[in-house]
Amino acid sequence: MLAKRIIPCLDIKDGRTVKGVNFVDLRDAGDPVELAEIYSKEGADELVFLDISATEQKRKTLADLVYRVAEKINIPFTVGGGISSVEDVDVLLQNGADKVSINSSAVKNPQLINDLVAKFGSQCIVVAIDAKQIEGEWIVHLVGGKVPTERKLFEWAKEVEERGAGEILFTSMDHDGTKDGFANEALAKLSQELNIPIIASGGAGKVVHFTDTFKEGKADAALAASVFHFKEIGIGDLKKELKEEGIPVRM
Amino acid sequence: MKIVIINYGAGNIQSIKFAIQRLGHTAVLSDDPEEINSADRVIFPGVGEASSAMKMLNSSGLQALIPELKQPVLGICLGMQLMCNKSEEGNTSGLGIFDVDVIRFSKNVKVPQIGWNQITSLKSGLFDKVNDKEHIYLVHSFYAPLCDETIATSEYDVAYSAALKKDNFYGVQFHPEKSSEVGEQILKNFLGIKSN
Repeated sequence: MLAKRIIPCLDIKDGRTVKGVNFVDLRDAGDPVELAEIYSKEGADELVFLDISATEQKRKTLADLVYRVAEKINIPFTVGGGISSVEDVDVLLQNGADKVSINSSAVKNPQLINDLVAKFGSQCIVVAIDAKQIEGEWIVHLVGGKVPTERKLFEWAKEVEERGAGEILFTSMDHDGTKDGFANEALAKLSQELNIPIIASGGAGKVVHFTDTFKEGKADAALAASVFHFKEIGIGDLKKELKEEGIPVRM
Repeated sequence: MKIVIINYGAGNIQSIKFAIQRLGHTAVLSDDPEEINSADRVIFPGVGEASSAMKMLNSSGLQALIPELKQPVLGICLGMQLMCNKSEEGNTSGLGIFDVDVIRFSKNVKVPQIGWNQITSLKSGLFDKVNDKEHIYLVHSFYAPLCDETIATSEYDVAYSAALKKDNFYGVQFHPEKSSEVGEQILKNFLGIKSN
């Protein structure tokens, strides 16, 4: 049986790991390669590296980091943050990334999804969608949730699937940083309307939130950052409890 | 030991190189028939789309070379699929090493299958010291149904071939280079297979 995945997310700035609360007030949580190794040993199923640096050396720094991670880690990992061209993706995949995630660049230029899928295949193209509710409607946001767009979540997600993306990473900006649980209603609707895997993100605080997002939210994978970085939840303990709840996990 | 990864412009080859490196060996990347022929082990990678991958193989002449290899050969993911008769993806003719046709998962399940699934009914030395129901990492939309050459079974939508074997040819649908300690053991077993 296909297992539900647990994915720690490492926010990267200038080659170091950071995690913000609601994407503001960054805190340093260590060396990405070291942290990746620890998570891999603890039983993480996959890792996501999200580069939030905005320096001119960004591309090279990220490619170097990808190479160093791939050298050490024997589980899959995804890289995202500021990726906007076929060339960007090519460099990251060549350095050992398994998948890339695109976000703003896909909203600004949806054709990019088709171009990446044609060149690299659906299996390595993840589209990340940040959304929050405005007057009861889920609206896609950019720049870490600060800038609203014209796009509605479910329509955009459907378009992303039709353009060939292999997976969607959905972050609810209403839930991110609250530690109050994932956006399970919206997640379940995504899973119902789409036929590609959905990764839940935003809101993890307790073990029960993961159980809920797999059971009620129908998520295929759950992503979290600070609860893992600050050891509030251990991945081994989390998986043990999920298993007891009857959720298929890799032990 | 000389390990060659066939280079035909497809796939995440860096991860396979690193995985071999972690086992204490060095793999070289090559599209040179002589170099491939002289290797002790050949790895045939592949990520991407079947028809364009097959075109690359055809234009380099590797499609004729691969089925003639005598040393242990390991096809990974799309590499395994291309070793079959044909694939529904892009209606592509394969290398015809494994006598099975690759088809797409139905709409009953999310496609692609992404993540960790279990392997059972393990049949070859490739799975020495690997327990039944261990998890391995897969990313794929197409699969080889069960057949006489199946040496490991997984289940998604239907029971299908997670691995195939014919003579010196091995194919795995999963990514051993990304399947944690289990994958490492499988790669180690492949390197340890006695050559003819």
